Amino acid sequence: MANYNRFEAFEMDVLKEVGNIGAGNAATAMSTLLNKPIDMSVPSVQLLPFEEVAERVGGSEQIVIAVFLRVEGDVPGNMFFIMQEHYALQLMKQLLPKEHLDDGTYSELELSTLCEIGNILAGSYLSSLADFTQLQLLPSVPSIAHDMAGAILSYGLMQYGEMGDSALLIETSFLEDCKSLEGHFFLIPDPNSFDIIFRALGVRLG
Amino acid sequence: MISELLIKVGMADLNTAANGEHLKTTGLGSCVGLTLFDPTKHVAGMAHVMLPSSSIAREAPINVAKYADTAIPELIERMLALGANVSRLQAKMAGGSQMFTLPGQTDSLRIGPRNVESCLMMLEQYSIPLISQDTGGNFGRTIELSSKSGMLTIRSVQHGIKEI
Repeated sequence: MANYNRFEAFEMDVLKEVGNIGAGNAATAMSTLLNKPIDMSVPSVQLLPFEEVAERVGGSEQIVIAVFLRVEGDVPGNMFFIMQEHYALQLMKQLLPKEHLDDGTYSELELSTLCEIGNILAGSYLSSLADFTQLQLLPSVPSIAHDMAGAILSYGLMQYGEMGDSALLIETSFLEDCKSLEGHFFLIPDPNSFDIIFRALGVRLG
Repeated sequence: MISELLIKVGMADLNTAANGEHLKTTGLGSCVGLTLFDPTKHVAGMAHVMLPSSSIAREAPINVAKYADTAIPELIERMLALGANVSRLQAKMAGGSQMFTLPGQTDSLRIGPRNVESCLMMLEQYSIPLISQDTGGNFGRTIELSSKSGMLTIRSVQHGIKEI
């Protein structure tokens, strides 16, 4: 089995490309949805200690909106789409101006809209990945949480818990031109999924 | 509550405090924050438990703070070294929630309630009474324990601040 603790630079690049393709398609979907240009960051692939994972979105206690999908099929893993609260509120102002109350809370309709946005974006991320690798990826129905980043992300790290104290994350961010919108994708393949990804992309495993 | 020293407990980590210091761990989801307190010696301990049992560990050496069945004995050991007595220890715990609910959920994703059960079993083994708990639900918690009073302060996004 490929050991995720010791991937070569080349293998990390392959995983970056996975993030690139997935998030690229998701950014296009977002851009279509908002009718605005959306930029994407260079994907980062890192083996992060559990403690540092939440730092990527502002720290363990940072309040975020997160959409979670469990991926089954050939490449089991966890997928998160995470937005900081003020960006989610910003998005709601644009999409549901009549519904939105400026009191820091979310109505049922707003949460369900955000959940669906996360679903569309994660769905386009995963389907482009499935096309590219010819692997079967079966996402669960999406589930949304408005809570502390640490509590949310730790949910996606459990599969790594029994193997060590760090997890391999494929992270991509996108932002709108005038920086009024920013979102993060985290794809956390289960530890056993890397072999399958590599094999599907023609990486010879030593 | 000024100038009390705050000792941070990370994820899959444990620590002890005395002399009025506070122990704090942030962003508990399905993880359990288990705390022990000796009211006579004012010695406190906190573990941020991530998984119920070390029997599933595939790491070597294992991180004892990560698993309920290894974290609690280690925490007790360290508190004894600070002068605590097992017969005086009182436990509190928070966390063990289920952040997301998915249909047809597999057992591995029901980790919160399993962490709570496992912690309870360990406390029973040492005959340590559980004074209070705030577990379950579907939200995250940040907790802080005072080694002076043994008071556990719990903060969550939806439910504000609560002391147990």
